[in-house]
Amino acid sequence: MTEKNYLTDDYRLVSWFTTTDHKRIAILYFATLIVFFFIGGAAATLIRLELATPGPDVVSADTYNRLFTMHGIIMVWFFLIPSIPNTLGNFIVPLMIGARDLAFPRLNLASWYLFVLGGCITLYAIFMGGVDTGWTLYTPFSTLYSNSYVSVAVTGIFIAGFSSILTGLNFIVTIHKLRAPGLTWYRLPLFIWTLYATSVILVLATPVLAITLVLLAMERLFGVGIFDPRIGGDPLLFQHLFWFYSHPAVYIMILPGMGVVNELIACYARKKIFGYKFVAWASLAIAAAGFLVWGHHMFVSGQSLTASLVFSFMSFIVAVPSAIKVFNWTATLHKGTIRFDAPMLYALAFVGLFTIGGLTGLFLACLAFDVYATDTYFVIAHFHYIMVGGMVTAYFGGLHYWWPKITGRMYPEYWARGAAILIFFGFNLTFFPQFILGAEGMPRRYHVYAPEFQVWNVLSSGGASILAVAYLLPMFYLGFSLFFGARAPANPWGATGLEWRTSSPPPRLNFDQQPVVTEDPYDYAHAPEPQHV
Amino acid sequence: MSDTPDIAEHLATRAQRDDVLELGMWTFLSTEVLLFGGLILSYFVYRHADPQAFLAAGRETRIVIGTINTALLLTSSFCVAAALQAAEQGERHATRALLGIAILLGLSFLGLKGLEYVEEYREYLVPGIDFARTGENAHGIELFFIFYFIATLLHGIHVACGIGVLAVFAALATATRASSRYVAGLRTAALYWHFVDLVWIFLFALIYLPGRNS
Ligand code: HEM
Ligand SMILES: [Cu+2]
Repeated sequence: MTEKNYLTDDYRLVSWFTTTDHKRIAILYFATLIVFFFIGGAAATLIRLELATPGPDVVSADTYNRLFTMHGIIMVWFFLIPSIPNTLGNFIVPLMIGARDLAFPRLNLASWYLFVLGGCITLYAIFMGGVDTGWTLYTPFSTLYSNSYVSVAVTGIFIAGFSSILTGLNFIVTIHKLRAPGLTWYRLPLFIWTLYATSVILVLATPVLAITLVLLAMERLFGVGIFDPRIGGDPLLFQHLFWFYSHPAVYIMILPGMGVVNELIACYARKKIFGYKFVAWASLAIAAAGFLVWGHHMFVSGQSLTASLVFSFMSFIVAVPSAIKVFNWTATLHKGTIRFDAPMLYALAFVGLFTIGGLTGLFLACLAFDVYATDTYFVIAHFHYIMVGGMVTAYFGGLHYWWPKITGRMYPEYWARGAAILIFFGFNLTFFPQFILGAEGMPRRYHVYAPEFQVWNVLSSGGASILAVAYLLPMFYLGFSLFFGARAPANPWGATGLEWRTSSPPPRLNFDQQPVVTEDPYDYAHAPEPQHV
Repeated sequence: MSDTPDIAEHLATRAQRDDVLELGMWTFLSTEVLLFGGLILSYFVYRHADPQAFLAAGRETRIVIGTINTALLLTSSFCVAAALQAAEQGERHATRALLGIAILLGLSFLGLKGLEYVEEYREYLVPGIDFARTGENAHGIELFFIFYFIATLLHGIHVACGIGVLAVFAALATATRASSRYVAGLRTAALYWHFVDLVWIFLFALIYLPGRNS
């Protein structure tokens, strides 16, 4: 191995911190996100520990509020939103479309620095004493009453928002302008379509969050009553603005996962994706319709019944393209030559868990049921099925799938399958009981609960410890493979897609020769055989 | 590796480089539209809730300064457009002169804006710092001025950034830099400056015009 690749191109540490190579920036993001995942995970562990018994034994009510707020803020803005886009996306998008880098390499690096800066400021707020408003930061509590570090945390989120915007902008321009010759829109892998849709949301929704946070900070710092009813301000306006961003943001947190799963299912069923164009346009339909449903978070807020009905109806509409995707995945599996490698196990887990999460979303979109379920554990279970069961699972799946490409090493297959199965069981044990708890009426955001809820809570906390172990496992065996794994060939899985046509790991400018595309995507009838190493 | 030095190594042709820059700026502007859009929407929500107070508040603004400022900004946009034309025809000195005028106009805009703030402070119109109005419209006027200050400050920051960018291009105008790259960059910067101008036109109508026809 004398040929240089992007990892061996320059060994100095500064070369990492000044790099404009999308592959290295992806790795910077990856390392940063691991840190945030652990901090967010530590908060979750404490939450589940407290909830193992009905009484208040581990933390005080006030600490508990700060714990779930910190968990939410970190997991949403500092882990899940950047997760697949900024790590796998950053690494794979230029490779997949046959480009040498993203359109704006320096902006890409700037986005990482902004992210780290925002992250540090938010962590500072958390370690100085935390925030107790919940990740939703509702006014007037967050502006008039809370005695916690709201302004600092909001500053951190605001800055991280700009890193999101820059990433989205970079992807949009790259996908439009840097595609290899012959790579028409309908020849693009579906991962690219989903990241395109995600970027549109990043660019159009994040600024609304930014301005909302500015208004919030102004009110808090200068005591001007923007959302203060005493001078005619409207606290609900904050909720509207917040969810105008945050509902589309939940699609930032699932579309990239769907994109990864398309690649995995096609590769391990060795078939063309069924209904490619439907799946491609479904992503954009989700992005567009996702902007019109935010009011389903406000059914009990006092918004008008007409508004609630419209938002309820629109929420049903937005489920249609999601369902199209699920049907197309299952149809792709039908009569496929399925191989149950670890990435495929993750992909299958994704399909099942996302379906449960999506269907319970429809329950919640029904006005009558939602009034009953609002602020209960049912909602918690719903979104964790999608965000953790869906997105995080897809993240792990994609990580395994592209691991040989990224590191040039194979991971230990049996360990990886074991971890995938353990994650699936741990996840269900943690979160399924929460549906039951919610249906029985256990509210969210309290550190104590009625004794009759204990059985399900113990199950959930038990599941959480299994899940924690399962999430730690890849750390060890992937770390091991970094140094001792077998060398990866260019295309170990016999996959289609340009990223597999260059060496593993790729050279600094990705391809020795500009690739040219002449065939449709997912042409598995003509793909090379998988090489089992 | 690209053979022409004025193209970054990850791009293939000059046309691609120019396309990338331009689309990048349009995408960025779409973000900006929603940034100001959120603010303007909130303004309308409150104006709808308390129309009388917003009319009264509009009458308290300095329309003379606002109008002069509008003229300044529009003229500067014209200068930037002309500078771009000049740059495209390789008239470097004209480019620099026109950009210089645009920068001066931008600076005067900011200066007048500052003057306006001082006057508003003297009249107790700064919510959170020094605000004193009584009567049934007082609360609504306060809300109006909260938006007034946030929107104009945000816009002012944009103007200041734009001046910085134009200054860089003015400085580079006569330096011997690869000129097609310069023109592409200037075109992108001009887009931004026109956008900042456009935002002001909306703000002008929302801030200074309410309540003037009665
Ligand atoms: C299939 C389409 C979906 C529908 C119809 C749907 C519906 C809903 C509804 C009605 C609520 C409000 C429940 C309440 O507060 O009482 C809700 C909450 C939530 N959903 Fe979904 N959802 C869908 C997809 C998603 C996705 C894809 C994600 C994330 C990746 C997600 C994440 C969330 C979150 C985070 C909350 C709770 C926010 C909070 O109050 O803290 N949902 N969903
Ligand atoms: Cu939602």
